[in-house]
Amino acid sequence: MTAAAALAPPVIELAGVGQVFAASDGSPVVALQGVDLALRRHEFVSLIGPSGCGKSTLLRLVAGLLKPTSGTVSVFGVPVTEPRDEIGFAFQKPTLLPWLDVLGNVTFPMKHKHGRVDARDTARATELLHTVGLQDFARKRPAELSGGMQQRVAIARALLHDPDILLMDEPFSALDALTRDEMSFELLRIWNLRPKTVVFVTHSIPEALLLSDRVVVMSARPGRVDEIIDVPLPRPRSMATLSDPVFTRLANDIRLKVFSRHPG
Amino acid sequence: MRSLLNRHAALLAFVAGLLAWELACRGLAVPVYVLPAPSAIAMAAAELGAARWFEHTLATLEVALLGYAVAIAIALPLAVGITRSDLLSRTVMPWLVVIQSTPIVAIAPIIVVTLGAGLAPRVVITTLIAFFPLVISSAAGMAAAPPELIELSRSLRAPRLREYTQIRLPYAVPYIFSALKVAITLAVVGAVVAEFVAAERGLGYLILFATSSFKVPVAFAALAILVGCSLGLYGAIAWLHRRLFPWSLVAPT
Repeated sequence: MTAAAALAPPVIELAGVGQVFAASDGSPVVALQGVDLALRRHEFVSLIGPSGCGKSTLLRLVAGLLKPTSGTVSVFGVPVTEPRDEIGFAFQKPTLLPWLDVLGNVTFPMKHKHGRVDARDTARATELLHTVGLQDFARKRPAELSGGMQQRVAIARALLHDPDILLMDEPFSALDALTRDEMSFELLRIWNLRPKTVVFVTHSIPEALLLSDRVVVMSARPGRVDEIIDVPLPRPRSMATLSDPVFTRLANDIRLKVFSRHPG
Repeated sequence: MRSLLNRHAALLAFVAGLLAWELACRGLAVPVYVLPAPSAIAMAAAELGAARWFEHTLATLEVALLGYAVAIAIALPLAVGITRSDLLSRTVMPWLVVIQSTPIVAIAPIIVVTLGAGLAPRVVITTLIAFFPLVISSAAGMAAAPPELIELSRSLRAPRLREYTQIRLPYAVPYIFSALKVAITLAVVGAVVAEFVAAERGLGYLILFATSSFKVPVAFAALAILVGCSLGLYGAIAWLHRRLFPWSLVAPT
């Protein structure tokens, strides 16, 4: 890291963030408690932990879709009070619009926000479809695509306005194991082409290690940050990374950490 | 031969049913006022003349379609309101259930007294019968839009109206069309009920009039035309659905 980068304010910063929801019976549920986390520019950070540890809540706080009950969430040094343009969001399911073709789905955010799609958006969407390898499918409907292809469309949609920050909520969890590995490499490739600050929520330890600069291990009830683990694996990463001894050791470490807190 | 039989099985079964009906009436010498044979119904229909049939059918269709249109015009905005506002949902839904639980046939005479004898009470009765499934299904469809897309909409800070025009309403299309299909047959029922209560034309009126003078074959012929109208309208809605929204026929993924 250069000295200038070290001095620059974090792209995303959470300070003492807590989030309390009301359960259906009205009793308070602590989703997050005392979370401190800072992401540097173009850093890839994964959040890993058991269900109910508040990973998705944390993403929605950064996205400005939720307001923290306590503490502050800042993006580029400014407290988040509402959704911002610098952020792209990819969901667990592709959630494409079945009545639009692939190109229409990628340009949908512009149409939805501004009411129209201009030639620049279409050109950019076409370019993004190239990036995700779907240039020949622009006129297909989502129903004609496989699950992996649909998720690529969803990622292209999230990248349309070239956001500085990409928030991904278990984007590959609905895919089969093979497609999932393929998509991880695909994401690494896209990230190399267009570096972004990424927060990636996952249940998969290998996926988190393969993709990330740092892995945030969280625990549940209340959702807290247990440990932040640096991943000193060299980039660009490839299939060979998976058999790197450092990879294996870190995977074991994280597995032990997750399981020691949540036996059985 | 076998494949031909197979392909037209439904049609053949229908013809066989008519034939059995005809033979049973003749063989058992069933009085025509109890159950007229298909041939007797056809003859009575021919006797009345195409012009009269046309007039009555048109009158019934007018009431059914007007009531249907009014039902749609009320149901869709109401469904949007219900999905949008919890307060509206909690206050309006009980009323809808009360209206739906009221036998419309029973309040039809009251509506006629209130609104007079014109077209208005007939349309109101038809609307009351047809609009409930439209509201419920459309609201369910709009609520069925994936929460992720609603979050996407919010994260884009898009105008709230577009959440409905570009996400919720299109998502509700399959739901709305199933309701439209149910509602069109209900609208025909509504029109007939209205004509039973107060009318001087229409197929419902004709059935009432014909049976009161023991012209049972004419009533049966009117019934057959009503069935035809219902099937035709249902088919037209289904065709519109396929034609306008082919994507909504495949299950969303």
